[in-house]
Amino acid sequence: MRRWLTEGFVLIIAAVVAFPLFWMVLSAFKPEDEIISADPVPWTTRPTLDSFTRALTVANFGRYFLNSIIVAVIVVFLSILISFLAATALTRFRFRSRTTLLIMLLVVQMVPVEALTVPLFFLMRSVGDSVPVFGLNHLGSLVLVHLAFSLPFAIWMLRGFVAAVPVELEEAATLDGASRFRFLWQVLFPLVAPGLVATSVLSFIHAWNDFLFAKTFIISAVENQTLPLALQVFVKPDQNDWGAIMAGSTLMTIPVLIFFVLVQRRLVSGLAGAVKG
Amino acid sequence: MTAKGQGRTAFAYLAPALLVLGGLLAYPIYQLVLISLYDYGQEQVSGGAPLEFLGLGNYQKLLGDQQFWGVFGQTVAFAAVCVVGTLLVGAFLAILATRVRTWVRMTLFLAALGAWSTPAVAGSTIWLFLFDANFGFVNEVLGIQGFSWTFDKWTAFGLVAAQVIWCSFPFVMVTLFAGIKAIPGEVLEAAALDGASAFRTAWSVTLPLLKPIILVVTIQSIIWDFKVFTQIYVMTNGGGIAGRNLVLNVYAYQQAFAASEYGLGAAIGVVMTVLLLGITMFYLRALRRSGEVL
Repeated sequence: MRRWLTEGFVLIIAAVVAFPLFWMVLSAFKPEDEIISADPVPWTTRPTLDSFTRALTVANFGRYFLNSIIVAVIVVFLSILISFLAATALTRFRFRSRTTLLIMLLVVQMVPVEALTVPLFFLMRSVGDSVPVFGLNHLGSLVLVHLAFSLPFAIWMLRGFVAAVPVELEEAATLDGASRFRFLWQVLFPLVAPGLVATSVLSFIHAWNDFLFAKTFIISAVENQTLPLALQVFVKPDQNDWGAIMAGSTLMTIPVLIFFVLVQRRLVSGLAGAVKG
Repeated sequence: MTAKGQGRTAFAYLAPALLVLGGLLAYPIYQLVLISLYDYGQEQVSGGAPLEFLGLGNYQKLLGDQQFWGVFGQTVAFAAVCVVGTLLVGAFLAILATRVRTWVRMTLFLAALGAWSTPAVAGSTIWLFLFDANFGFVNEVLGIQGFSWTFDKWTAFGLVAAQVIWCSFPFVMVTLFAGIKAIPGEVLEAAALDGASAFRTAWSVTLPLLKPIILVVTIQSIIWDFKVFTQIYVMTNGGGIAGRNLVLNVYAYQQAFAASEYGLGAAIGVVMTVLLLGITMFYLRALRRSGEVL
């Protein structure tokens, strides 16, 4: 009896927690008159794709979606490459400044990156003078900062995965005549792939969700905005097109949701590994 | 391989990471401190006026400014409410999750996963719509149509805090649940055999065993909730009417990019960084004490 009560309670909580997302998807499919009705109801009898059409055509969400994807994918690709090399160096080699580097990696994760907007803004401005692609108003500037912000955690997390690969394997590979380069990319890299999946999802989400830097760096180039910013531009006092906003939010949330569900197990074990070291 | 050779290869592997981190983290941190020491306004940025070195002038101005202290207090209070709320909700649900069948738990975790993964901007917008004065479902259910949640300072803060708790309790819940599951069954059986009550077992056995994990999620939550930016910015439209819903992060942004007081904005950034690094040091020491090794 008591278990039934507890389970009923837990299910109600689950429903409350999921409700905002349900409401988002529902509103995205509602026809306009039902959205701005004074008596909103939690269902619809006339689902329509109108809001999605408006979001993608009028508000040009397709373009911003593409921009967000470009930034996130490049960040993921580069951070996999760089963090894998760095994590290997930090676990497989003994050198003098190793512990110092590890501590710095941990400390740097705690620096509030939001505080760095001012210096990074000026840095990107001067970078843009010589290499416009990485300067203000270009997606390259977003790639650079998100790469820098996701690296410390990615390296920290991958360390555990690299350490879990037995050293004997490397010795065996060397005995079999594999070069260091081949061992790295054909033996070690596939073995730490689960860790790479977890770290890259985090890097992806980080870049995908960013609002502050997109807002700071992409000042006037409307065509280079990313999704979070576009969504915000859409919100106008007293004349919100809630249908299109909810459709945009749905488009923005779905990729992250899919990623999260796919890797949740690895993510949790990866997080545990990162904490345990 | 010789020690020297090891070091050389290691640094070759580390070079790209060090380059990126040095250029885009270390250097900006140095620049942040530097800018905070100057009078850095619109005239200096546009290239005309010369830079004037103020020393600690910006900090003096901040510490003597009533608004700064107001925002500071608000930030601490807001973060405290979010942290306590997140921990309570997360811990409560983690305990409940151990007492239900798998499918019920999976349902809860799936819902939590959804909240966890929603991008902050999307999450804030959804909550704004749910609590919209005229078209919001919440006002319809409560029968208070026309009531604006974002107009009053405290209901606005409450709404943002609720949104922050909604998207951050899943991390606490999942981590604590994993921690509880990792406690060996024999330990609890031994306690039961020794005649300990359920409460006694929870208090004297489970809690001490969970202490390291609780510490990690607490500090992690403090760090996250102290630097909430997106939710405040989106939900209160840049810090509320006349800036009454500002927190430090948004305040720094507004000072720098809205008021063109880059020096002052940087000084606020330095204050925040120092505070968070203080918490981090505490975290590191606690980790060390609980037996973690680097």
